[in-house]
Amino acid sequence: MKRFINLTPSRGSRWLLGLLPFLLLAVLYMSLSSARLAENPDDRLLPTPSKMAGSFYHLATVENARTGEVLLWTDTFASLERIVIGVSISALIGLIVGILSGGLPMVRAKLSPLITVVSLIPPMAILPILFIAFGTGEASKIALIAIGVTPFLIRDLQGHAIRLPDEQLIKAQTLGASSWQVLLRVLLPQLTPRLLNATRLALGTAWLFLIAAEAIAAQEGLGYRIFLVRRYLSMDIILPYVAWITLLAFLLDQLLAWTSRLAFPWYHAGEGDNA
Amino acid sequence: MSLLAAKRLEKHYGHHVVLENLNFSVEPGEFVTLVGASGCGKTTFLKMLLGTEATSRGSLTLDDKPIPNEPGPDRGVVFQKYSVFPHLTVLGNVMIADELHSARFLGKSFGAARRRAIDTARARIDEVGLSHALNKYPHELSGGMQQRLAIAQALMMRPRILLLDEPFGALDPGIRQDMHGLINRLWKEQELTIFMITHDLKEAFELGTRLWVFDKTRHDPQAPEAYGATITYDLPISRDRASTALKEVLQKGGLQTHTEETLL
Repeated sequence: MKRFINLTPSRGSRWLLGLLPFLLLAVLYMSLSSARLAENPDDRLLPTPSKMAGSFYHLATVENARTGEVLLWTDTFASLERIVIGVSISALIGLIVGILSGGLPMVRAKLSPLITVVSLIPPMAILPILFIAFGTGEASKIALIAIGVTPFLIRDLQGHAIRLPDEQLIKAQTLGASSWQVLLRVLLPQLTPRLLNATRLALGTAWLFLIAAEAIAAQEGLGYRIFLVRRYLSMDIILPYVAWITLLAFLLDQLLAWTSRLAFPWYHAGEGDNA
Repeated sequence: MSLLAAKRLEKHYGHHVVLENLNFSVEPGEFVTLVGASGCGKTTFLKMLLGTEATSRGSLTLDDKPIPNEPGPDRGVVFQKYSVFPHLTVLGNVMIADELHSARFLGKSFGAARRRAIDTARARIDEVGLSHALNKYPHELSGGMQQRLAIAQALMMRPRILLLDEPFGALDPGIRQDMHGLINRLWKEQELTIFMITHDLKEAFELGTRLWVFDKTRHDPQAPEAYGATITYDLPISRDRASTALKEVLQKGGLQTHTEETLL
């Protein structure tokens, strides 16, 4: 008998083992749901899967009589727009400031303490300031995401820039590179895949800020919707929406991972099959 | 006029003296190999030549001018590792030298300039025998091939002196032999001046025309940091002498130090 640490699942059984927890959760939910519904057929807390599918299908297809909009798509589009713009702004600032402060000790000395302090401010605490400054429109939500995510990206990239082997910077200089050229041809290309990686990690936080901002003040959006229907205990809408948000988050994450693998094959060398 | 000269050169960090009393002059075309126990200041010396470490006292001149205090294209370098850029292909790694020179702002050439850069780079890559791997990334190359690439890259700038910091230290003995052939050929063909740090005395003897042994001449057991290392032996090597001869020479000089224990 082999030791337990040496037992590895085969390809097929790995899938099965991965699926097992999901199946268990589904069975658990179904049994609880049917138990509650047997007691009270009008129970709203644990709706049947068919009820959830029905509500979700309704939201995804039926046009609002007054505005002619389909709720699910309006919400999805609004939320995605906010998160993509917010995270893009963060990534751009993070990349530029990260490279500059990681590559130039003079800039680092000036910026580092500031970034450290700013990154400690809880972004939710300044949401009221953002509402006052930008109003309750799109700008304040995008600003919240950007403010919440940027310091993390800057610190991550600055760390990676500092950890680049000195040999590379020296080598570039012996090839005649100026400061600008070192930043452009050594730091930038080596930090871009790391930015994509850090952005993937930051997406979770970005979703948190997005939903929070939408819950407080919005006219549409995924977070707005689930907090709105909470008043009616509409679990048949909330649960599919949560699943939908999870799916969107997963797709965004995979999009970044795929872009990184395609554009920076050298960065992913030596990585396992589950990148 | 000598290419590189030092007069009473000294390097210390605070009270810790690393190198002291270095005096030498090196002519163009010499192949100097540097040996010595670990931590005796060989690498510090190389960094002073590179310009990443400042000299503490004395003078160190290249072409009769003080050595610049930062790395530059007149001094090429090959490290033991991290010498090549992981984000560039073999061709890109060698081309970048040309591109940095011709495109000051973008550091990347296009059109005719790019084709010219590719042509010169290919010639350099041919010299080190990597033309079959033009579009491979460094992580796809073996250790020996990566060092070949690093050498081709360093030679693009036609440096006045080429610095090698244990370039073959991590390679297998067979590969190392090939690399000796390569560096020897390039040294002769391109009339390079080379400084090479090595731990392998046989290598130092095979390749060099001049061997420097770094060691401490004075040692205070109460204050081990009070005295630094210097060049204790500066031996001209003629190529036809067998490498075993070194042992005799060193013993005749009465060398009873770290160096002998660790190297022979």
